[in-house]
Amino acid sequence: MKILLDEEKCVGAGQCVLAAGDVFDQRDSDGIAVLLDEHPGQERSGAVETAAQLCPAQAIRIEKG
Amino acid sequence: MRDVVVVGASAAGLAAAETLRREGFDGRLTLIGDEPGPPYDRPPLSKQLLAGDWEPERLRLRSDEALAALDARLIYGVRAVGLEPRRRQIRLSDRDQPLGYDGLVIATGVIARRLPFGHELAGVHVLRTLTDALALRDDLREARRVVVIGAGLLGAEAAAVARTMGRDVTLVDPVAQPMHHQFGPEIGAVVARLHLDHGVGLRMLTSVTGLAGAGGRVTGVHLDDGTLAPADVVLVAIGARPATAWLDGSGLALTDGVDCDQTCRAGDSIVAAGDVASWLDHETGRRIRVEHRSNATEQGMTAARTLLGSTLPFRPIPYFWSEQFGVRIQAYGTWTADARVRIVDGAPEAGRFTAVYESGGRVVGVLGWNAAREVRNLRKLLE
Repeated sequence: MKILLDEEKCVGAGQCVLAAGDVFDQRDSDGIAVLLDEHPGQERSGAVETAAQLCPAQAIRIEKG
Repeated sequence: MRDVVVVGASAAGLAAAETLRREGFDGRLTLIGDEPGPPYDRPPLSKQLLAGDWEPERLRLRSDEALAALDARLIYGVRAVGLEPRRRQIRLSDRDQPLGYDGLVIATGVIARRLPFGHELAGVHVLRTLTDALALRDDLREARRVVVIGAGLLGAEAAAVARTMGRDVTLVDPVAQPMHHQFGPEIGAVVARLHLDHGVGLRMLTSVTGLAGAGGRVTGVHLDDGTLAPADVVLVAIGARPATAWLDGSGLALTDGVDCDQTCRAGDSIVAAGDVASWLDHETGRRIRVEHRSNATEQGMTAARTLLGSTLPFRPIPYFWSEQFGVRIQAYGTWTADARVRIVDGAPEAGRFTAVYESGGRVVGVLGWNAAREVRNLRKLLE
């Protein structure tokens, strides 16, 4: 699983951090999301999918495999 | 349940459809939208799309591949015009034959409110759909003077975009401060300062009495103090009403959009989600309807689960954000006019702060002004 984060779309809502805090964090300066783990293991797929779905800016894409 | 129809192909309807599939629904799925193309995201309509920074393609909520993976019948450009719950049928605008269902998701959203006058004039716009936004964007390119009627979230954002494009902008509203309803008077005053600092003309505590036109095009806005605000483009941003006309006579309760119970259920095998749907708050029993982007997704997910048999109540912590002149304002919670606001960190003058809204001795909302991380941490006060 590979995560693609569109920083320009991100609005810093932090929903991804709430859903999967071990995969996402937010920059101090402006709250834009940062990836802690670009290739999380399969066991994180549920949390990561929830993060992608809840992202109000639709800034997260998941590439399976 | 073998045949689910989702009426409304925007954020809430899409979230419901995807959740049905994710939770194992493998029957027939139909997604019907009244707009001409595939699902897109609305918040950028009054931000990056209006400013010309993004093109419509960027707003697509899902790629063609992702939509194909949904394994659904996708019907665009078609309106639902009637519902007969006893027969489990809906009627559509493009065919005589009714469409049957054994599970229905209502996610038809809202329709922009209009003034009772003036919309026949060229240059007068509303902003709800992609088509609306592109028409307004085209008109703003040539505009010199823009009047935005309504200083809520949409009006304030559009005013900021037009001003950033160098237009002469006036923002008119009967309330005392921009975004008064969203943020209250204190934070509203900070929003007012932001707009004034960027040269927006504010006409607060002012109502519109008419629109002036010449040769079929708008030339100005008549205000209740007797003055005329000249304009070659006018945006009417005075709120929206739930798109429930097609449900009249269906027997569904429609006191605030589609009335749902605590679980987003609106009737027998019928759920509703997004801007169109109100629900009973689990704790207070109060009926709530929220027109925010995050709510559309969260409610769509809950509605889908309810349709599949879940009895868990919908208990969101509402979230919304706004962007104006490079400032990002974010808020969690629901608060009423009696809530008192207190700044907890930073200061408006510093261009960065957080605030909490308190009512009845508890925190009911938190707000961040250029303080994304901090406001996310404050969110726990609402849990």
